[in-house]
Parts: sequence; C-alpha cells; structure tokens
Amino acid sequence: MGILSSPVSITQYRVEGKLSEPILENVANGLKKNTVEDIDDQSSDKAIGWTCFNNPFSTDINQTPFLIGTHLVFSLRIDKKMIPSKIIQKHYTLEMTKKLKKSGRDFLSKTEKKEIKDHVIHLLNLRIPATPNIYDLIWNYESNTLWFFSNLKGANEELETLFTRSFNLKLIRLFPYTMAALTSPLSDVEKDALSQFTPTRFTES
Amino acid sequence: MLDVAIAYNRYKFIGNEFLTWLWFTIDTNQHFLKTVDETLTSLYLGNRLVLENSVNDASEIITIKGDDAGLEEGLLSLRKGAVVIEMNLAYKTENQEWKFTLKGESLSFAGLKVPETGPVETQADIEGMVLEKAYLYEKAIAMVDRLFNIFLQLRSSVEWSQKTVPNIKKWIQV
Repeated sequence: MGILSSPVSITQYRVEGKLSEPILENVANGLKKNTVEDIDDQSSDKAIGWTCFNNPFSTDINQTPFLIGTHLVFSLRIDKKMIPSKIIQKHYTLEMTKKLKKSGRDFLSKTEKKEIKDHVIHLLNLRIPATPNIYDLIWNYESNTLWFFSNLKGANEELETLFTRSFNLKLIRLFPYTMAALTSPLSDVEKDALSQFTPTRFTES
Repeated sequence: MLDVAIAYNRYKFIGNEFLTWLWFTIDTNQHFLKTVDETLTSLYLGNRLVLENSVNDASEIITIKGDDAGLEEGLLSLRKGAVVIEMNLAYKTENQEWKFTLKGESLSFAGLKVPETGPVETQADIEGMVLEKAYLYEKAIAMVDRLFNIFLQLRSSVEWSQKTVPNIKKWIQV
C-alpha cells in the first residue's frame, strides 16, 4: 500500500535514538546495505529489503532521491514465492514414484522422503517468480516519527527488524499504552498512575 | 516502560475506552470538539461501529455497518456492558473531508481517505504530491492525537470517575 494510494492504512512509530552525522549519507548507506535482492531464478522463497519509493523495482538508491521536503521517503519490499501445496504434492508424488522404480524397493525411509520434498521445493522455487508486496514509509527525522503504510502484523514486524538492522535505531510502535507513555503530555506521576489503570465499567453495577 | 507486547494486550482497554468516550463526546458535545481543532466543522460516526462485550469471560462482538445504520443497537450493547473497539469516523473542515477507521487496541488508521488532490502528470509532480498527502495525513493524525491526549488527561484525573463516567452512564441509559 502506498502513500499515493487511496484509501491508506497507517501504523505510527516513534524512532528511538539518533543517527550520527552526516545523516543523509548514513541513511543512504543503511538503505544500500539492505536493498531487496532479486530472488527470481533462485531457490530462496523470500526476500525482504528496501527499495525506492515510487520506483519499487529499482534498488538504485542513488538514482531516486529519498529526501522529499523534510521527510525521508522509501519503501519496504517483501518478495515471496507461494507454491500451491497441490503442486508440491504432485511433484513430490512423481519424484517418489521415480525413486521407488529406480531403487526397486516398495518403500522409502522418512529421511529419503524429506530429501525428495526439499528437492522438489528447491526446484519449484527456481521456476516460480516471487510476488512482490510494497509498503511505503515516511520518516520524519526531526520529530522522530515514522508512518508505515500498512497495518499488517507480518509487514510491521519485518519493518521493525529491518529498520533496526539498517540504521541501528529502535522503532517503537505507537498504540494506546506507548502513546500515553512516550508522546502524551502526561506528567511523570500521571504516567506512573497509568500502569495502575483498570477497565472502567460504563454500566450500573 | 513495560515490555511492548505485554503492554499492548494489557492496556488495550484504554483505546477502547477512548473510542467509547469519543462516541459520547461526538453525540453530546460537538462544541467541545471544535475547541480541540478550530478548523473542524464536524466529527461524526461513519459507516462502521464495532463493539465488544467481554463480561463474564465471554466475548460477544456486535458490528453495525451501513451508511444510514441506526446506532440504537450500539447503545443497547453499551447498556449491556460493551465498549467500542472499532469506529469509522468522518472529520470535516470547512470544505474538506477525511474518513477513516480507528481500532481501539492499536489506534492505527485503516481505510484513511483524505480530501481529493490534483492529478500526477509528471515525475516532478510526485514530490509535491507526497508533501500534500503527508500534510493531509498529518491533519487527521494530529486531530486524533489531540483528542487522545485530552482523553488521557481526563482519564488520569478524578473528573473521570466523578463526572465523566456518571455522564456517560446517563447518556447510555437515555
């Protein structure tokens, strides 16, 4: 889902920590070291990395500016190969039949079956192209805030991991408790009291 | 600060209470909302409201959807002990409108539609469009943040139990 789409979903984050100077160069380095790899024609079934905003199939960070106004704008791309289980089953069965015929036996060990299955998945992964999913983000470096344009749990988790690996900064997802603790104007005493909150009953007891 | 994963589940009721309070405020005090955002002309419930009643260890989900859906069932659910867990909102300023859905547990935005922006015709238009969109997203996010902060201050004060909760109870019973 993208910044320019409509409608959009947004998960808010707070960025903990500061990059050392020169900031833009360090961001660019973090992006370049963790761009998404092309896994078509490879046996990998998943690739996760950064890509350029509005040009998601280019990972040339130098060619596409990621600074727009005061915002750092780029995208997370998750490429995944999804092989239908019935196709795996078909090729697995065919390979097993071949192996049995060749060996002259009428059964295969558990290890042999696993090897055949792994081999089948490996070969299918080489043939099947990956499906890309692209999620944009806007990072406002000055205010330590980041908007990620997805509410999907898996995509958010991948973002948190990759962001920390790329920039050595921690992303804290903002939800009611973290908003109260980190971004609200509550005093320290009020924040301490927050942990003692219990649910309110709006009905007559 | 507590571990984030633990805090998410333990304190999701805060977000649900916020949405319940917000419905009460929308229904009874539009004037107050205008003091929160001076550009606001109205804030009202959109086409989806989800409530959850977790009384007695059982969970019941009540979903009300549709552009002209009545909210009587929602009030009835509140009377039975439910809270709002998801709410679609329409936020209007003089000549612009935002629509979005908030989930109480995360307060993340879903289905966020911002006012119409111009077409993108060239690559050079994209940067301008990103800035315009960012401004429009920020407007909705900032409005919700302000409301949530006001709610938190109220929730942390004695006014919550002494005045607000009794008023919400009265509103539910009307």
